[in-house]
Amino acid sequence: MTFLKQLRKNTLPVTHVPHHAGQPTLEVRNLSVRYDQLIALSDISFSLEPGERIAVVGPNGAGKSTLFKAIAGIHPYSTGEVKIYGHGPGGHTCIAYLPQRSQVDWNFPASVADVVMMGRISQLGPLRWPKASDWDYVRRCLQVVGLVDLEERQIGELSGGQQQRMFIARALAQEAELMLMDEPFTGLDVPSQNDILDILEQLRLKQVTVLASTHDLNLASEHFDQVLLLNRRQLGFGPGSEIFTTERLLKAYGGHLRLVENGEQMLALGDTCCDDEGDQHEHLA
Amino acid sequence: MNTWLDLLLEPLNYIFMLRGMAAALMVGAVCATVGTYIVLRGMAFFGDALAHAILPGVAVGYLVGGGAGASLFWWGLLTAVISSIGIGAISKGARLREDTAIGIVFAGMFALGIALISSTRNYTVDLTHFLFGDVLGVSNGDLQRMALFGGGIVLVVILFYKEFMVLSFDPLLAATLRLPARALEYLLLVLIALAIVVSLQTVGVALMVAMLVTPSATAYLLTRRLPYMMLLAALLACLAGIVGLYLSYYLRISSGAAIVLTSTAFFALSWLGRAIHSRLRQGK
Repeated sequence: MTFLKQLRKNTLPVTHVPHHAGQPTLEVRNLSVRYDQLIALSDISFSLEPGERIAVVGPNGAGKSTLFKAIAGIHPYSTGEVKIYGHGPGGHTCIAYLPQRSQVDWNFPASVADVVMMGRISQLGPLRWPKASDWDYVRRCLQVVGLVDLEERQIGELSGGQQQRMFIARALAQEAELMLMDEPFTGLDVPSQNDILDILEQLRLKQVTVLASTHDLNLASEHFDQVLLLNRRQLGFGPGSEIFTTERLLKAYGGHLRLVENGEQMLALGDTCCDDEGDQHEHLA
Repeated sequence: MNTWLDLLLEPLNYIFMLRGMAAALMVGAVCATVGTYIVLRGMAFFGDALAHAILPGVAVGYLVGGGAGASLFWWGLLTAVISSIGIGAISKGARLREDTAIGIVFAGMFALGIALISSTRNYTVDLTHFLFGDVLGVSNGDLQRMALFGGGIVLVVILFYKEFMVLSFDPLLAATLRLPARALEYLLLVLIALAIVVSLQTVGVALMVAMLVTPSATAYLLTRRLPYMMLLAALLACLAGIVGLYLSYYLRISSGAAIVLTSTAFFALSWLGRAIHSRLRQGK
């Protein structure tokens, strides 16, 4: 047993970076990301306080996933700065990345509880097995998202909305303070979207900051505090009502977007799909 | 009097059959455990290539040691570890697609192995042993090495169970949890390399991929959680080993081929069973 303890101490150190109080949850300054010669993102700057909820909007290939990966510290950036509670993203385990559902292997032999437990492994530490108290923790996370009855289901047997809620539970199990959600609403029906929005409301009470990418402009401006409009560069950051101007949207979407005036309302049609973001750089480098 | 019992017991009178069964059990369990990750991560081609790539090492071991098991093992081990890390590095760094890089290394190494073996006198006999294995020819020394290294492999898989699971299911989660993903990837490659060397004598280079993939794929069809998949894969592989050896004894066919064919039959049955099951479900 002492051998195991020794091994635990000396292998796989888990780094927990301190959080400086009074610093914004996330501060992005002049961020640029390159893939070889290609500029994927340039000059992104914004800052978020705890509990804020931001929608990241832009056409396919606008660099939404790239931005998330740079913020999560899993893709290097060439210039600028990302700070999470005053510290670079590299050592934080408080950032959760919730993958797009289309990028997940739903046939993987794992139950809902297994996947949520995956979020806890940095708290568990290396060479340790989950104990009863850890499974209790997982159950509490599942309770928040209303999936506790389905904890033993194989993950492929869940509906789209349930799958998305499972990933939120996993992020809770990870004790995430910043959640990066990649297209959480894509492919969900309205009731399922509303379930997720209700959960986001609860997350706000826990001071969890949320960035979600979406193609749904109405949803972005109605349910999110701020909108970040993106197409390889930052085209606007602020409340949706201010950001979604005809001029800005045309800049972001160019030929992909048709704007339809309908009395007082303005409808934006076009790039409202899809599963796969056209980004060729989805892969983890 | 009791003919079934006689049929079962008769082969056990031979010490080579007993040793062969011990080897088949150990190899089956070890390959299936590692193979679970090969199936889940889609690395079957890598496993096949790696098995072929160790042929030159085994050939050198053979030329140096004159057929001694220990010499084959250590030379095979050296080549396997170098090849697995080499393939891993090439496929990460170069502009080539991973399967192309694997194909080049695999074919080149395999050709080198054949060239080396063809320099010996009884070329075809030796080559056949390396290609298709000779489980009935294992010595006590071979068994000890299998137990030691096989046990080690299973231990490492158990110790890093949750890390390997996260890495296989969601590499981005592994990255945000700050797991040492690169180190774990290489550790897994080395484990696969070790499993191949441990199993070399049982099924040989050419059929190795079946030991790695088939029992795990069968278990994948029948289970819904990773620990059960691993356990069932190991059980199926052991069963295929035993049944295969009996078939090889009574039908006088190559032992490695018999084991692999049994394993394939298990897979076919499960696949058929599942197909019928889902058809019945739809019919309701």
